[in-house]
Amino acid sequence: MLVEALRAEQVEVIFGYPGGAILPVYDALYQCGIPHILTRHEQGAIHAAEGYARVTGRPGVVIATSGPGATNLVTGITDAMMDSLPLVIFTGQVATSVIGTDAFQEASVLGITMPITKHSYQVQDVNQLPAVIKEAFHIASTGRPGPVLIDLPKDIANASGKFDYAAPVRIPGYQPTVVPNALQIRKVAAALRAAKRPLILAGAGVLHARASDWLHQLIDTIQAPITNTLLGLGSFPGDHPLFLGMAGMHGTYAANMAIYECDLLLNIGARFDDRLTGNLQHFARHATVIHIDIDPAEIGKNVPTDIPVVGDAGEALRMLLNEDLTMGSIQDWVDHVQEMARSNPFWYAPDDERLKPQRLVEIVHEQCGGDAIVVTDVGQHQMWAAQYFPFRQPNRWVTSGGLGTMGFGLPAAIGAQIGRRDVPVFAIVGDGGFQMTMQELAVLVDYQIPVKVVLVNNRSLGMVRQWQELFYERRYSESLIPVQPDFVKLSEAFGIPAYVAKNEAEANAMIRRALETPGPVLVDCHVPSRENVYPMVPPGAGIHEMVGVKP
Amino acid sequence: MNHVLTVLVNNQMGVLNRITALFLKRGFNIQSLTVGPTETEGLSRMTIVIHAEDDRIVEQVIKQLHKQVDVLKVFDITSQPMVARELVVIKVNSSVQNRGEVTTLIEPFRASIIDVGRESVTVQATGRSDKIDALIALLRPYGIRELARTGIAAFTRDSETSSEVIRLKQLNLLPI
Repeated sequence: MLVEALRAEQVEVIFGYPGGAILPVYDALYQCGIPHILTRHEQGAIHAAEGYARVTGRPGVVIATSGPGATNLVTGITDAMMDSLPLVIFTGQVATSVIGTDAFQEASVLGITMPITKHSYQVQDVNQLPAVIKEAFHIASTGRPGPVLIDLPKDIANASGKFDYAAPVRIPGYQPTVVPNALQIRKVAAALRAAKRPLILAGAGVLHARASDWLHQLIDTIQAPITNTLLGLGSFPGDHPLFLGMAGMHGTYAANMAIYECDLLLNIGARFDDRLTGNLQHFARHATVIHIDIDPAEIGKNVPTDIPVVGDAGEALRMLLNEDLTMGSIQDWVDHVQEMARSNPFWYAPDDERLKPQRLVEIVHEQCGGDAIVVTDVGQHQMWAAQYFPFRQPNRWVTSGGLGTMGFGLPAAIGAQIGRRDVPVFAIVGDGGFQMTMQELAVLVDYQIPVKVVLVNNRSLGMVRQWQELFYERRYSESLIPVQPDFVKLSEAFGIPAYVAKNEAEANAMIRRALETPGPVLVDCHVPSRENVYPMVPPGAGIHEMVGVKP
Repeated sequence: MNHVLTVLVNNQMGVLNRITALFLKRGFNIQSLTVGPTETEGLSRMTIVIHAEDDRIVEQVIKQLHKQVDVLKVFDITSQPMVARELVVIKVNSSVQNRGEVTTLIEPFRASIIDVGRESVTVQATGRSDKIDALIALLRPYGIRELARTGIAAFTRDSETSSEVIRLKQLNLLPI
């Protein structure tokens, strides 16, 4: 029945790891025709499903066993919840007859995951199973997407029942508002027309709604400057003259100053995360704030909103474009922000001897002609990738934003490559996070997944070290890792060719070689360990109080 | 100030946990919470009292409650005319000598004695929370041995009470 339901949902691939309580499901999956990727840890499976969901927009499907299998998923479930990624997760559970007796490999998965799922089920009757699966896929992928968990007791998974998938989904308590209120849209248009210093802020909601084209059309119409959140990168072409770059803690000076100075901030599909806003007292303090979000609970949660619009970003943009958007004169403002962008670009001190991590990201961008999916782990390299890789297309950027999960990169890259076999995938990872999930290298070999792993190796937990340098008087408590494994040998032990790059010329050659080599490749890039990510909004500071704007 | 929310939920395993987990995660403090089945099979009504000075917190609580798939409706009935009742059971010291005194004392509260012991009586009362507070304050000097309150169960009034008339007058909404 489960297999039939997965077929009905047109599931292309399953990520998972078998175990005792989920054995009936794995038996049903045997030669069922739906490809299954066996990762080397359940965390790997769920991050892979996230990567898959991020680039395809379809729900990622994960299967794990009861107890430890399920608890190993917790990090990934939280990550998907924070970044609104659609997942359907099946966990095995001990038989209903022994639930609650602390049976072997029993854990209250429902209880553990309740705060980190969009919704969850424990199937009590096998005849409910088709309806539960159908509801789960519906809830995971509509409204604000998120992870939905289905806990399957072993005896239920073993039982058989009547498969009926025809009944439509009807959940009275779940009716997301997709089409926004027309009156509110009219107010948005009026506010835009009246604005002298408008700024558009686009978040991942635009990507989830597949509304990038509408966003582009809006900017073409109103010719206002635009900025992205970290997760919104790619929703608007990164090389467009009105694009100010990413905003937030490590965003551009121009984007952050534009937020500070604007008189109208139109937020489409971003949730005003504190990494974006900095000190709320100084965030868009002169602006009329408009917030378009499919999740009403996000509106007014962090930033008081003047014009709330609940609805799908695509629908909202389409309706907005039907309104009169004849703008007043905003050329002075556009000139001003563009001048700020021109005179305050990202900077780093070039080095002939050593490989600068920023330069490394530029090299990756040059070598693939800009046409690649970039997946990162979490830390300094993540911020450099966000800063120095201009994303021109949607769904080419996969990163752990809300939860900041180290270990996310490699498995997410696996899922991204499985979702998009036709585009090269780079996993840009740090040496710290990579070592949290590096066992997944085996998956690259096993399934011949041609991910190019770019290891930004600074022999430290770079972002931790940076904070200790800036805010803890250089007391580098447990952030330096002078002794690292030989990553080339390690990679070769898995059967993956690996190269080392220690300067710019080597990096150029090795990244090219990686692209030319079929199958997975690892490039161990040695970069200086004392490099910092600038500019930066220090913790507690306002968005206009960036440090390190100039060399 | 205290806000009274009534929440209609699916009567399913784990729903109470979902609601309380949400309050825990967001750091909202619950003053009182009651739950029981409603007139419709499969639905339960929760009455949640929260203390919040900032209206934005209440708004956020309501929005977060709405996000739960098992939550069908949320009403903030704080500023509406409502019937809100609470049950209290109090075991209070009472010797045979002062028993008459205790009985007289509780009579205006329409409370009743539901169990009698040698040195104590158990009093039951229902009513508005402030009335129950007053009863407890009155009985405290005698020595309260055990006390259990249910928290309030509430919904809006159907009839226009005098306070409702006053409210509508203030809002200029009274049909004349």
